[in-house]
Amino acid sequence: MNGKKLFVSGDEAVAEAVRLTKPKVISAYPITPQTVAVERISDFVEDGSLKAEYLHVESEHSAMSAAMGAASVGARTFTATSSQGLLYMAEVLPYVSGARFPIVMMNANRTLATPWALLSDHRDSLSQLDSGWIQVYCENAQETLDMIIQAYRIAEDPKVMTPMMVNLDGFILTHTYELVELPGQAEVDDFLPPYSTENRMDLDNPKTVCYAAMNDYMEFHMKQEFDMRKAPGVIEDVDRLFGDRFGRYYDGMVEQYRCEDAEVVLLTLGSVTGTTRAVVDAMRGEGYKVGLVKMRYLRPFPREEVLKIAASVKAMGILDKDMSVGYEGIVFTNVNSTISDLDNPPKRINFIGGLGGRNISKENIRGMFRELLELAEGQEKEKIQFINVRCNYHG
Amino acid sequence: MADKLITNARDLTNSEYFYGHRACAGCGGSLALRLAMKVLGPRSLVALPANCMSAVSFLYPQISFSSNSMITPFAATGAVLSGIEAGARALGLKDYHVVGFAGDGGTADIGIQALSGAIDRGDRVIYICYDNEAYMNTGIQKSGLTPYGSRTTTSPAGKNLPGATRMKKNMFEIVAAHDIAYAATASIGYPEDYLKKISKAAQCESTSYVHVLAPCATGWGFPIEQTVQMGKEAVDCGLWYLAEFEEGEFRLNRNPGTFSPVEEYLKKQARFRHLGKEDVDVILRNRDRKWEKIRNKWSV
Amino acid sequence: MDRPKIVEYNMPECVEDYPLGAFCAGHLVRGNAGWRVFRPVIDHDKCINCLRCFLVCPDGVIDKSGEQLEIDYDFCKGCGICAFECKVGAIRMVKEGDQADER
Repeated sequence: MNGKKLFVSGDEAVAEAVRLTKPKVISAYPITPQTVAVERISDFVEDGSLKAEYLHVESEHSAMSAAMGAASVGARTFTATSSQGLLYMAEVLPYVSGARFPIVMMNANRTLATPWALLSDHRDSLSQLDSGWIQVYCENAQETLDMIIQAYRIAEDPKVMTPMMVNLDGFILTHTYELVELPGQAEVDDFLPPYSTENRMDLDNPKTVCYAAMNDYMEFHMKQEFDMRKAPGVIEDVDRLFGDRFGRYYDGMVEQYRCEDAEVVLLTLGSVTGTTRAVVDAMRGEGYKVGLVKMRYLRPFPREEVLKIAASVKAMGILDKDMSVGYEGIVFTNVNSTISDLDNPPKRINFIGGLGGRNISKENIRGMFRELLELAEGQEKEKIQFINVRCNYHG
Repeated sequence: MADKLITNARDLTNSEYFYGHRACAGCGGSLALRLAMKVLGPRSLVALPANCMSAVSFLYPQISFSSNSMITPFAATGAVLSGIEAGARALGLKDYHVVGFAGDGGTADIGIQALSGAIDRGDRVIYICYDNEAYMNTGIQKSGLTPYGSRTTTSPAGKNLPGATRMKKNMFEIVAAHDIAYAATASIGYPEDYLKKISKAAQCESTSYVHVLAPCATGWGFPIEQTVQMGKEAVDCGLWYLAEFEEGEFRLNRNPGTFSPVEEYLKKQARFRHLGKEDVDVILRNRDRKWEKIRNKWSV
Repeated sequence: MDRPKIVEYNMPECVEDYPLGAFCAGHLVRGNAGWRVFRPVIDHDKCINCLRCFLVCPDGVIDKSGEQLEIDYDFCKGCGICAFECKVGAIRMVKEGDQADER
C-alpha cells in the first residue's frame, strides 16, 4: 500500500502509470498539452524500463488507427491526445468501440478552435460522448494515475470489452505539479493481468475483425449498448478492488461530497471539483447546506446516482465547461434527460464557465451556490448563466 | 512465407484465400487481390480500407478472406498496417505477412499521409495499391490517379472539358522518393510479372510497395472478358510501365521496342471514346516525355 | 481445403449471441452462381493444361489439383475471361440453361 512518492506533473503521472500497465504498443502524435506524457513514455521505452513498440505516427487519425491495428492482434495499446487531435481521430473512435477493442487513451482536455486557444475546457471530450467510449474525468494527478491503471482493468473485462478515455484538464492538471503515490510494479502486475482475448486476428485460427454488417447492424450496435450497460457494475467492482489494494477509493461512477442533507448541489467535472470542495467546506462552516456532486463517469451515464441525488435536493447547478451552441451545456442536457424521469424534479441552473481556460475562482463558485440557494427559496433565476465574463453582454 | 520467388501458375498454390466475393464479374481488382493472397499465403494479416474489395468481401456473415482480415478507416491503411506489425512484433508472433490492399483513391489521395508515414517508419509491411484509376466503389468518381481525358462521374466530358484534366499522380516515384526498400509497378495484364513482384515484396525486411494496374470493366467501359487483355494493352502502348525501385535504383522491367497504338487502347474504353485528336496528342506527348526520362535515367 | 465451401448460417436467436468483435474467416453462406448468364465449359481434349485460365480467373473457381481442370460452378460468375484468354480455344461460353457439351 505504501508506494513510492513522486513530485510530478499530471502528464508525467500519466507516463508513470502507463509504464506500470505495460502496454505492448504506444502510438503517439504530439499535441499541447499532452506532449510531456508522450515524451516521458518515449524516455521509458528508450531506457528499457517500458518494453513497448513506440510508433511515431504522422497524425492523430493515424495514432488511433495504428492503436487499432495493434489492438486487432491482441496487444494492449495506449495512445494520448487533446482537442483538435481528438477531433481529427474522431472518425476512428466509433471504429474502435464498435470493434470492441479495449484501447485506453489519455485526453488532455483542451478547448476547440476557433478562436484558436490552448487552454482547458471540456469541449473536446464532450463532443465525443456518442463515440461508444467509456469516459472518466479526473480531479487531480493522483486520480489520473490511478485511473489509467483501472482503465485497462475495466476496458479489458470480458463483459465490457470497450475502449476507455481518461480525461484530465489541460495545463491545470497536465502542467502543474503534485505529490503522488506510485503503486509498485508487482502490485500493479497482480491487479492487472496481461491482456488476453479471443477478439483478435489469430494466425492459428483466422478471424475477421472490423467487418461490414448491413443487415445486422442494429443488432451489433444493440449488443455494444447492452455490454456498455454492464460497465457500471465492473467500474464499481474495480474501484473497490483498487481501494482495497492501493488505499484510494473514488466512489465509483459519482462521488457525493457532503450531499447527505444538502439543499442544493453543484455538479462538476474534472479539476474544478477540487476548488469546489474547498468552497463547500467553507460554506458548510457558515451553515449553508451545500453539497458537491463529482461526475466522474459520463459514459456510461450514472443514471441511478443522479436520479437519487436529484430526488433529495431542492436545486441543482450543473457546471459546464462547454456550450453546445444553439442549446445549452452538454452535461446539463445529459443530466436533464435523466431527471425528467422524476415527478418532482429539482430546480436547475446551467452554469457555463471556464470556456477557453477562463478561470473559475472560489468566489465564482460561491456565487453559483448563492444563486442555487436563492433558486431553492423560490426566486426566479436565469436558466443558463455565464460565469466570470470579462464584460457586459445582452445575450 | 515465400522463400523462392513465385513466377508462374505452376508454382502457384491451388488454394484460394480470397474466395466467394461479390465483386463485379471480370473485376481486375479482385484478380490482383486473389493472386497476391495466393503468393502470401494463409498466415497473412490483411487490412483493407474502404474500397471495392472491402465492400465486396466482408459483409457479415459472408467473409471472403480465409486469412485474418480487417477493414480500416479510409485514410488509415498505412497506419493500421504499422499498428498490426507493431502489435505482432511486440507479441512475438512468427512467420506472417502484414499486407494492405488500397485502391488508387485510398493510396494517392486520402491515404497518402498514412502511406508516407508507414514507409518512414520502415515497418515490415506490404502495401499494395490496386489502381483502377477512379473511385470505383462509390460510383466512378475522379481520383488522383485518374488519367487525363478520362470521363468519370465527377469529371464529365463535354463541350468545355475533356474529362479529367490532370495527369496521374506519380505514386511510384513519390514512394521511391522515400527511399523505400522495394517498390514495383505491375499490371494484371502481365500476371507472372506481378506474382514475382509480390514474392519479392514478401521477402523484403522493411516496407514494400506494389502498384498494380487493375482494369475495371464497369468503370472504364469495355467488355468484361477483356479485363486481363486491357491490363496488357495499357503496358504495351506505354501508358503504364513495369518497373522496380530496389536498393535506391530504378529499373525498367519491360522496354517495348515499339508501342502499340495508344488510340486503339483508348477507343476500346467508353471512358475515352469522346477524345478528339488534340486530347490524344496531349496523352501521347505526356507518354513520350515520360518514356524519354525513363529510358535516360533508369536502368533498362 | 483448397476452396471454402458454402456453409449453413444460423442467424443468432438473440442480440447477445452476435459476435463480440471477431468473427471467423473464410465463411461463405451463399454462392454467386445466380449471376451467370453464360457458363464456361472446358473441352479437356483441346486443353493443354497451360493453367492460364486458372491464373487469370478473378474468382479463383478453376481448380488445378486433379487430372483435369475443374470449375466450381457455385462461385463462377460467367465473366468469360477464361474463355477469352485461353490460347487454344478450349473453353466455350455456353448459355445457362442450354444443353452443355460436357466433353
